Amino acid sequence: MFLRHTTTDIKERGTLSINPAKTCQPIGAMYAALGIHGCLPHSHGSQGCCSYHRSTLTRHYKEPVMAGTSSFTEGASVFGGGANLVAAIDNIFTLYSPDVIAVHTTCLSETIGDDVPSFVHQAKMKGSIPEGKYVIHTNTPSYVGSHVTGFANMTKSMVDYFSESTGEARDQINIIPGFVDPADMAEIKRIAAMMEVKIVIFPDTSGVLNAPQTGVHHMYPEGGVTVPQLISTGDSRATLALGQVASAPAGEALNSKCKVPLEILDLPIGLLATDRFINALRTAAGVEVPESVNDERGQLIDIVTDMEQYFHGKRVALAGDPDQLVALTEFLITLGMVPAHIVTGTPGKAFEKKIEEITAKCPVKVNVKAGSDLFLLHQWIKNDQVDLIIGNTYCKYIARDEDIPLIRVGFPIVDRIGHIYSPIVGYKGGIRLLEKILDAILDRQDRDAGEENIELVM
Amino acid sequence: MSDEKRTPSPEEAKQRLLARYPAKVARKRAQQIVINHAIEGGKVPEIMSNARTIPGVITQRGCTYAGCKGVILGPVRDILTITHGPIGCSFYSWLTRRNQTRTQSPDEANYITYALTTDMQEEDIVFGGEKKLKAAIREAYEIFNPKAIALCSTCPVGLIGDDVHSVAREMKAELGINIFAFSCEGYKGVSQSAGHHIANNGVFTHVVGTDDNGKKGKFKINMLGEYNIGGDAFEIERLLEECGITMVASFSGNATYDQFATAHTADLNCIMCHRSINYMAEMMQTKYGIPWIKVNFIGASATAKSLRKIAQYFDDEELKAKVEEVIAREMPEVQKVSAEVKPHTEGKTAMLFVGGSRAHHYQELFEEIGMKAVAAGYEFGHRDDYEGREVLPFIKIDADSRNIEELDVHPDAVAFKPRKTEEQLANLKAGGLSFSEYEGMMRQMQDGSLTIDDISHYETEVLLETYKPDIFCAGIKEKYAVQKSGVPLKQLHSYDYGGPYAGFKGAINFYKDIDRMTSNPIWGHLKAPWQKGPEVPAVYVAA
Repeated sequence: MFLRHTTTDIKERGTLSINPAKTCQPIGAMYAALGIHGCLPHSHGSQGCCSYHRSTLTRHYKEPVMAGTSSFTEGASVFGGGANLVAAIDNIFTLYSPDVIAVHTTCLSETIGDDVPSFVHQAKMKGSIPEGKYVIHTNTPSYVGSHVTGFANMTKSMVDYFSESTGEARDQINIIPGFVDPADMAEIKRIAAMMEVKIVIFPDTSGVLNAPQTGVHHMYPEGGVTVPQLISTGDSRATLALGQVASAPAGEALNSKCKVPLEILDLPIGLLATDRFINALRTAAGVEVPESVNDERGQLIDIVTDMEQYFHGKRVALAGDPDQLVALTEFLITLGMVPAHIVTGTPGKAFEKKIEEITAKCPVKVNVKAGSDLFLLHQWIKNDQVDLIIGNTYCKYIARDEDIPLIRVGFPIVDRIGHIYSPIVGYKGGIRLLEKILDAILDRQDRDAGEENIELVM
Repeated sequence: MSDEKRTPSPEEAKQRLLARYPAKVARKRAQQIVINHAIEGGKVPEIMSNARTIPGVITQRGCTYAGCKGVILGPVRDILTITHGPIGCSFYSWLTRRNQTRTQSPDEANYITYALTTDMQEEDIVFGGEKKLKAAIREAYEIFNPKAIALCSTCPVGLIGDDVHSVAREMKAELGINIFAFSCEGYKGVSQSAGHHIANNGVFTHVVGTDDNGKKGKFKINMLGEYNIGGDAFEIERLLEECGITMVASFSGNATYDQFATAHTADLNCIMCHRSINYMAEMMQTKYGIPWIKVNFIGASATAKSLRKIAQYFDDEELKAKVEEVIAREMPEVQKVSAEVKPHTEGKTAMLFVGGSRAHHYQELFEEIGMKAVAAGYEFGHRDDYEGREVLPFIKIDADSRNIEELDVHPDAVAFKPRKTEEQLANLKAGGLSFSEYEGMMRQMQDGSLTIDDISHYETEVLLETYKPDIFCAGIKEKYAVQKSGVPLKQLHSYDYGGPYAGFKGAINFYKDIDRMTSNPIWGHLKAPWQKGPEVPAVYVAA
């Protein structure tokens, strides 16, 4: 057994976290910053933070993840990291010529109270920031929230630093996609293009973290939202912020800074959440939904009506980030499945309340906990078995021990590649999820079927 | 790739590496980029290393916590490690180093798959986290019932002044098990290296020598600085066992708490990774009288040489014969595979930028298949790892190194026991066995090759462009940037999830993997047919 010390006996834990279902803020900020074209993220802290974040993102995307670090030593930790950051800015523009350096803090620099904007000002006074280049920053104390909070904070900083209202409205919609993979951001752009809606999506890691192999390494790949696009978000007709935790703060900032009307939606994962997204986009842009979109929706529903018997009543355990879990849970309910146990590491009672609302009509009591961990999820599973686990790669140890199929959704996925190239958002993404769920359930049925009752046609 | 090669002079290459740096940065880097050439008296040039990384250059390096919790403590299966800090550090060091471990029974403790942390919140930073840490230890004890608990500190812990050592003492008294703490905050030192030292000190102080009931055997050794990445330790254990050599303790691949506790009962310490573990060997020599020798199980001939060295130390004819028998049995397959791959690999070039010993050790394997290391360097090595231990008295101790405690160790009143008489030692030395010596990486490198300490991403790109090597060895952060440049990258931390590469079987695995990677036809297909040659676009015209 991989997790041989995990038992059914659930002891109340007040302090100890075992096998986390979250990580820290800075990695989310680094990921979001990579969604700005020509941006080099910079970690203001000791080297290990940057190294760990780059390694984890690299394992998840199998792509270069470039970022700088202030390389704090004990001296910098005592006297402050100002000199380190000023030197870093100079070196980065000299060596790597980014358009933007996006600085995020760490628990180290937050604990000692480093004032990043004043250090950036010093760098500017020294002439280390070339004309037309930018250094932005966000505060990401690791002891608050989770990686999703860090993503939200860096995305909000894009608004704080760049968004401008010229007073002249632009015929475009802002979409804040949330902490999703590049394939999901690309899918949102594809949907908007089908609907002939001009959008600015930020951040946008498509074309950055799924770049083609050409034999030439581009430090700054083709993708990413550009600075002029970010500036223009202040003149957009509306903002659709997808995901309460990851995207609402940036949407709210844009609303208060530039008075861009805001609609906060769930991530468009599954049928109903995608319906609400399409409807909101249609309304905000004043367009008709084209038949091509209706067709994709109809295909998704077709799969459910064709295969409904295999979904019905199947019990699922889920671990992941709040925005994904809210939408996924709703999707499972739509399919007649039972989301039996749900944990996220990200703290927040609002999440638990939302899940309770979505699952109110569920025939069994749903276990849900925010600010929790995979150890508890595993114990819940041991006490009350499920047919399927949906979560990140770390869930595979639970899946093997309990002999339950696992569908990899979330962050990080470090042992499979599908998420890099294929979306889970939109109707197409829903179709992919259905395929994954069916494959897992039907493969299991095939594996377990007896000689007398194996089914050829399913 | 190979046909386009034009080798620039090393001086020219060094110029290119430094060209774009600001003047002050260039002056520093010039001392960390060295052209290898033999100096009279068997010396090698001096290289600046274990120095602060220049902020913003994009370094490979990690932190002290990674060196302590990740490298040294990570592979031990039955010490329950709690990371005291915000969530990230524990999360990132959770199962990511591929430390394999093999329990003897399903009931034996194995915590490798668990990540435990106090997940510090804002109020803990403001009001202190000691209370939370104590409560977490109690909860961990109740759930896991471990024989020992290690506490690892992250950056904020030192800054807010949590006294993890007094917490450890108090909880040790309360729970009656061994509990010890490491002040391995990420900002200490200049790289992972400081964390290795801190881990060595803690394990030596709190665990080594606490249990006299070590494994029995005629030839008892400890293996130091072997971390069982990809099963390397299993292959080494197999060879030792077949030779009749008893491994009392491993530091720390496939290790257990009891191994550490009984390590002082061994009669010889064998060091693999000099950088990360030489402190332990030195301290055990002083306190218990155990001599140490440098070994290397990376490379088939290095493996054979290391086994012979151990046999030479014990000076037992039966052991020597057994070692020769094992080598004779293993080598034919090694030679067969090396002969198979050599026609493809001979003359190809490699670069190695990794670790504190791997950039050295893996040159052996490349040499065995006729490949040449044109540039190499460590991520966190010190001058002695490059130039050999004889430079130790001349290394300047800077402020960053001074912050890492050097333990004051003395011979133990009871347990100190010289393993060999002065006369025996003199004879062994006369017979060619060196004690407490490591010659470093640079002596192995050819004239005109480059040694680069703490390489930056910028320098990596310049090297790729200048030399177009056939393979580049580094880690996960470098992997895809290098491959996007059209050069395959072999990860020498994680082995790209393959291996083992140690010992004879490991050598065979490595030859085959390098052959596969440097001969993979996919690299010839990066351009689509229509992107390859100049071509006049034309359309068929109807006749």
